[in-house]
Amino acid sequence: MLNKYPMWKYVLLGFIVLISLLYAAPNLYGEDPAIQVSATRGAKVELATLDKVQSILEQAGISPKSAALENGQILVRLKTSEDQLVARENISSSLGDGFVTALNLAPSTPAWLEAIGGGPLKLGLDLRGGVHFLMEVDMDEAVVKAQEQMVQDLRSDLREEKIRFRGIRKDSSTTGVLLRFTDQDTLDKAVDFLKPRNAGFEFTDKVEKDEYVLTIAMTELKLKSIKEDALQQNLSILRNRVNELGVAEPLVQRQGIDRIVVELPGIQDTARAKEILGATATLEFHPVDSVTDVNDALAGRLPSSSVIYKERNGRPVVVKKQIILTGNHIVDAQSSADEYGRPQVNISLDSKGGSKMSRFTKNNIGKPMATLFIEYLPTGKKKANGKLEIKKREEIANVATIQAQLGRSFRITGLDNAAEAHNLALLLRAGALIAPIQIVEERTIGPSLGEQNIDNGIKAMTYGMLAVILFMFVYYRKFGVVANTALLFNIVMIIGVMSMIPGATLTLPGIAGIVLTVGMAVDANVLIFERIREELRAGKSVQKAIHEGYANAFSTIADANITTLITAIILFAVGTGPIKGFAVTLAIGIATSMFTSIFGTRAIVNAVWGGRNNIKKLSI
Amino acid sequence: MFELFRAKQTLRFMKYSKPASWFSILLIVGSLATLSINWLNWGLDFTGGTLIEVGFEQPANLTEVRATLAEADFGDAIVQHFGSSHEVMVRLAPREGVKGEVIGTNVLNALQQADFGQVDMRRIEFVGPNVGDELAEDGGLAIIIALICILIYVSARFEWRLAMGSVFALAHDIIITLGVFSLFQLEFDLTVLAALLAVVGYSLNDTIVVFDRIRENFRLLATSTPEDIVDQSLTQTLSRTLITSGTTIFVLVSLFIFGGALIHGFATALLIGIFVGTYSSIYVASSSAIRLGISRDHMIPEVVEKEGADQEAIL
Repeated sequence: MLNKYPMWKYVLLGFIVLISLLYAAPNLYGEDPAIQVSATRGAKVELATLDKVQSILEQAGISPKSAALENGQILVRLKTSEDQLVARENISSSLGDGFVTALNLAPSTPAWLEAIGGGPLKLGLDLRGGVHFLMEVDMDEAVVKAQEQMVQDLRSDLREEKIRFRGIRKDSSTTGVLLRFTDQDTLDKAVDFLKPRNAGFEFTDKVEKDEYVLTIAMTELKLKSIKEDALQQNLSILRNRVNELGVAEPLVQRQGIDRIVVELPGIQDTARAKEILGATATLEFHPVDSVTDVNDALAGRLPSSSVIYKERNGRPVVVKKQIILTGNHIVDAQSSADEYGRPQVNISLDSKGGSKMSRFTKNNIGKPMATLFIEYLPTGKKKANGKLEIKKREEIANVATIQAQLGRSFRITGLDNAAEAHNLALLLRAGALIAPIQIVEERTIGPSLGEQNIDNGIKAMTYGMLAVILFMFVYYRKFGVVANTALLFNIVMIIGVMSMIPGATLTLPGIAGIVLTVGMAVDANVLIFERIREELRAGKSVQKAIHEGYANAFSTIADANITTLITAIILFAVGTGPIKGFAVTLAIGIATSMFTSIFGTRAIVNAVWGGRNNIKKLSI
Repeated sequence: MFELFRAKQTLRFMKYSKPASWFSILLIVGSLATLSINWLNWGLDFTGGTLIEVGFEQPANLTEVRATLAEADFGDAIVQHFGSSHEVMVRLAPREGVKGEVIGTNVLNALQQADFGQVDMRRIEFVGPNVGDELAEDGGLAIIIALICILIYVSARFEWRLAMGSVFALAHDIIITLGVFSLFQLEFDLTVLAALLAVVGYSLNDTIVVFDRIRENFRLLATSTPEDIVDQSLTQTLSRTLITSGTTIFVLVSLFIFGGALIHGFATALLIGIFVGTYSSIYVASSSAIRLGISRDHMIPEVVEKEGADQEAIL
């Protein structure tokens, strides 16, 4: 029979409606003002911390909605935002260093919805307020530093090997190093010696006047890996620092080959954020003072040549003031596993650092050596002279026993687990920032503007939709009602799908995209309905007209939507931030509107009018 | 049946195709002329620089704001109301030797310390000059790639003459929309660029609906001339064209009125684009296909039956 859907299609439709409603539902619940407590280096959030937080709140006379320990963080939900501010004040002053207390808005999605992965829409910075940075890594500087490194290394390698050369300097016109020799023989010897040791470099020689010049240039691949390393290093340092800021849901992401995006929702004080992101860190290797007893030292009996520092777990260590080596000699540090699968960190030093390390370790085999991590953090306060107050934070990152005389590359073993190795490597690398970064774009959106943007977006959508709905009803009567039902469901579906996709964020242009979809979504129905009218005018029966109307309009609708989808995809590929948000909503809107306006309306039409041969006139 | 438009007979659209072509050429030449003289009023996204939007308690007096800023050594600032008289937008060009990200904070401090009562920071944006250049390049590239992709898709689905026709129409729409932005010196920012691509999508939508009908009619009506077929197709699709443009204009007007100042450029570009796009799918796209010599033979041999026509309809 014409225009009858089998049962399974209704079941499928019902199922999709249900899923969309389910995932769109969390948006109805709103958000609780909350406080998030997380640990920085040197502390750990435990059940004891949770107890402490609860007693702090009790003392302050605040009764929270809930307080729970999840994923190593404490989330305290509060009843009002006044409570939230007071609670933060109290918690951050009582918990002290090592913990970061951040204001947050926690979605009050019911547990059963959360269990199936439901959660409200993620809002872009332009809707929730916050700051967006685009940072650029200075790649030229990274390459220059690598060149300088090469000059140093090659010089000491050749000297060690007793190959005489006239001069060495970095070649400013290319990305390599120029070595000058007095005769071809020595040059050949140098090439034979250096080539196997320096993969990733191209060797070319030529005769210039009475000199034999050897050019050692980085290959494209090597250059690429230097740049990649510089970016990765900055990325991990920024991630670390952003965590220090105590922002809920921060984003640190690479963009292209030399840029990093940092998004900090809810932050208004960009000056402080910039200071923390720009903080400097350094490393020092010290010999451990194993003669002085720690308890004596704590009691004040400390030789003037030693100092006490704390490890990240708070254990004190007495070290000598003597510095074996500073972090700027570290070229690279990578965590890996040794042949037995035990975690270790491989460290490479520059030639100067290598000889310092070699000299020290020669006479100190079997003795412990401590790695001290020093970070200069601005406190956010200003000194009397208007300069920023800088806080120096020192902490022992690792204590290792020297097993043998060490050279330019060595490893630290005896680490507890892979995570610790990874962390240590990160700290070691942070001590030697290869390439500086600068902010090339910054956008700060105040919270009032964010809220206003949401209000505006919702208002525009509501009024636009009302106009469309009214028009469709007046023009197509009962069929208009069918189209309007599909349109409303389309909105629910867009919201459901956007809430479901983890990476999708709603931005102001994104709302504009939804509004635009509302206008264009009815197009499919207009096409179908106009076609049905035509068929009726041509004298076809009601059932036949409905059938042909849908059938004939289908390929047109598909063609028209696919081309729009192409533009949405291109927008997504080249756009950034809010524009990406627009492209995402546009693409989702196209997909859902095709579903609702073809499949959805047909289901209703078939259910109401389908298969009834007694209909003489359609309300269309 | 309530109808917006009912044709008793076929409307002779193509009779006016000559004057329409001249009209389009005139618009394009005019747009190119204003673009070459005024170029575009590039927004901060493209020029780089610093933009500060602040909210005042009382309606702000721009002259006083300018004076305050001049005292703080920001005499070159462009100061204007944004959205309402309580909101003020200050824009500064990139400066040699001064870190752009500092300027925003300094301007805000200057305004907060002056005697304006409560001054709220609503938004600070800083864009480095290089970033802006790249964005403009990427944006132009995006539009060109979009046009090429569409050319390929429409060629594959229809026929190259129709594909060329649709791309002419799209280029026509983009140039004229840009022309209007140039003539009135409306600010061209990233959202406007996004809107331009949306215009491409929309205008194409319209064109494809017409082309689909043209192809169908070429197959159905054996004897008619191409002009005749195009006229009939346009007449048959006219009410759909008007209704869809209408509903889209409804929502865009709503967006323009209620969406806030940040989205004005976006709504404006789309409104212009939809007017021009509706016109161009009738006159530019179809008439250039005719001029390229489209005929029945081009439609018949390729047996590109509708996909899945031999199967039972799933819908």
